[in-house]
Amino acid sequence: MTQAATANKGNSKPRLSDELSNDTLLGWLRSMQLIREFETRTMQAYQQAKIGGFCHIYTGQEACAVGTIGSVNHDDPVVLAYRDHGHALARGMDPKACMAEMYGKAAGCAKGKGGSMHMFDKPNHLYGGHGIVGAQTPLGTGLAFAARYEWEVLGTGSKKVCLCYLGDGAIDQGAFFEAMNLAALYSLPVIYIIENNGYSMGTAIHRHSANSENLLARGQAFDMKSVKIDGLDILNVYDQFKPLVDECRDLQRPAFVDFKTYRYQGHSMSDPQKYRTKDEVDEFKAKDSIANLLDHLMNERECIDEDSWKAMRKELAAIVRESVEFSENAADPEPGELYTDVYANPQPNLSPTAEYRHGAKNPLL
Amino acid sequence: MTTMDLHPASIENVPQPDFSKPLPSREGDRVIQFREALREAMSHEMRQDERVFLIGEEVAQYNGAYKVSQGMLDEFGPKRIIDSPISENGFAGMCTGAAMAGLRPIVEFMSWSFSLVAADPILNNVPKMLYMSGGQFGCPIVLRGNDGAGGQLGSTHSWCVEGLFANVPGMKMAIPSNPYDAKGLLATAIADPDPIFFLESERMLGDKAHVPEEQYYIPFGKARLAREGDACTLVSFGRPVNFCLEAAEKLAEEGIEVDVLDMRTIRPLDIESIIESVKKTNRIIVVDQSWPFAGISSEVITQVCERCFDWLDHQPVRVNTEDVPTPYAKGLEYAYLPNPERIADAVRNILP
Repeated sequence: MTQAATANKGNSKPRLSDELSNDTLLGWLRSMQLIREFETRTMQAYQQAKIGGFCHIYTGQEACAVGTIGSVNHDDPVVLAYRDHGHALARGMDPKACMAEMYGKAAGCAKGKGGSMHMFDKPNHLYGGHGIVGAQTPLGTGLAFAARYEWEVLGTGSKKVCLCYLGDGAIDQGAFFEAMNLAALYSLPVIYIIENNGYSMGTAIHRHSANSENLLARGQAFDMKSVKIDGLDILNVYDQFKPLVDECRDLQRPAFVDFKTYRYQGHSMSDPQKYRTKDEVDEFKAKDSIANLLDHLMNERECIDEDSWKAMRKELAAIVRESVEFSENAADPEPGELYTDVYANPQPNLSPTAEYRHGAKNPLL
Repeated sequence: MTTMDLHPASIENVPQPDFSKPLPSREGDRVIQFREALREAMSHEMRQDERVFLIGEEVAQYNGAYKVSQGMLDEFGPKRIIDSPISENGFAGMCTGAAMAGLRPIVEFMSWSFSLVAADPILNNVPKMLYMSGGQFGCPIVLRGNDGAGGQLGSTHSWCVEGLFANVPGMKMAIPSNPYDAKGLLATAIADPDPIFFLESERMLGDKAHVPEEQYYIPFGKARLAREGDACTLVSFGRPVNFCLEAAEKLAEEGIEVDVLDMRTIRPLDIESIIESVKKTNRIIVVDQSWPFAGISSEVITQVCERCFDWLDHQPVRVNTEDVPTPYAKGLEYAYLPNPERIADAVRNILP
């Protein structure tokens, strides 16, 4: 019996995700669990004041990053908002570089100059987490512009699709409307993924956005293919998202996704969460995306059992623990690094007080 | 110039300009307009480097709101000369992303006044991207357009953004005062791997002068001594350099000769040339078309005080636009600007 046939034994209707191999799905399970474990440790480190600034935890939304990034090619550009640790890991960033960045260490992905909200990883085609709500949406349009330009004008690249993530809190920003208009006008291959966790910080979506039950209308207004995806079931994410990616790549057109998800933690680490009930959180935890996929892999595909799941979790916990230990012991940035990476071509007299120069090579390059 | 291969993946870098090469003569009879000089610089770089494209409102089919890009659509086609909607936040942000990915956008703001709605991409992203990505993603972008008052456009359309924007580290700012420099500075701007804020003036686009046909690259941070004298140092940027030269003509009739320094770039600031002149004249007046409070003139004067205070025989003086919103009425607008009369008076007032 083929794997695809065994994969679907509980369902009558064939699904696109049936074609995914067990190894791929086990890889996704691993990636989701890595993110969850990583974020647990991130919260601990934040509570111990090892991590400063703002810190936004991704727990609960893992199926979005892993499922969507799992549906594209490695050289498809990705750009994010500030809740960005999960996507960075899903894209393949070394957990050490991610954690060390939050610790403000020289070995961090941005050499300790970015912090939690600025996960950049050039070799993994990750164009950053961005701190200003909605600011990354024109950037995503621009990455798609560049991708299309490379393919069409320079003749050097293949057809790519940019994934541009934003929260539901960003959908009210003017920049996003301008970004969508330009993408549709110039027919650019970008998919705007609204990670709709129902809250813009502490303001529920029906209180921050008009006609919030029908977000797809916003994409449709620009003649973009607009799809609502239940983001708690990663197989469903793939079933719906992969065809959209293929279409956007092929036709070099933008798309809009209302991706229904839920974050288990507060907006940031300093959020007392008075705007929602514990019952609501528990209701979503009961539909947890990792538990969902695990159930599928254990009971339908029968490619993992309790022991190997336990072993996987143990291994991932060790990887994350190592990233914490690495970050604890990693070197601070050299004081001189304050003046590097300001200019690609530093010249005299750019500042009355600072002498800019080239810095240490980024550890990811 | 340092060559830093920011985007080595698939696209070849063009060679960087050789600044040791002497610049061509400013004298000659190939007289063209300021706007044509800008066009020549862009067109040359676009022929050299396919990553360079031009985008902005009316740049393509309309041939440029101010005819800077006239004919460029015909030569380069609609994939590289791109009409944008009136959506500065959107297209400036889009080009920021495109620059991160390795393209070399030239963004035309019809007026720098309109760039204020693009403040987030151009101030929060463009100059900081290299730093906050720990050196991974630069932003080789040229943002250019008309800056400054002078056409009775009223308060919202008359911004001189240099005082406001030059405050941000990570950007460079060039501000030519004549067609020759416009071409050479814009060529350098496009070739540079850093983000360049390039300030033109609608009032100067029709100015004519000899401009060599060949492409040449004026180094940033090198001022031009536009006129020589020993009574006082006049330091200025962009259009008011011409007001300084007019004032200098008048003063010469009175037997007063002044140094006029055309700074050409604000960031980097050629403070050495200023110091050299001050050591000769012992007096300095900074003529700056932005507002006085926390502006370019304040910066120059601070640096002069820090670096050659003992050489001054008179406190430094600044001539700015008046510290009010830009008025519409012709007479009021003239009085608001740092005009030649105000500059000449300032010189007379600080002479012994």
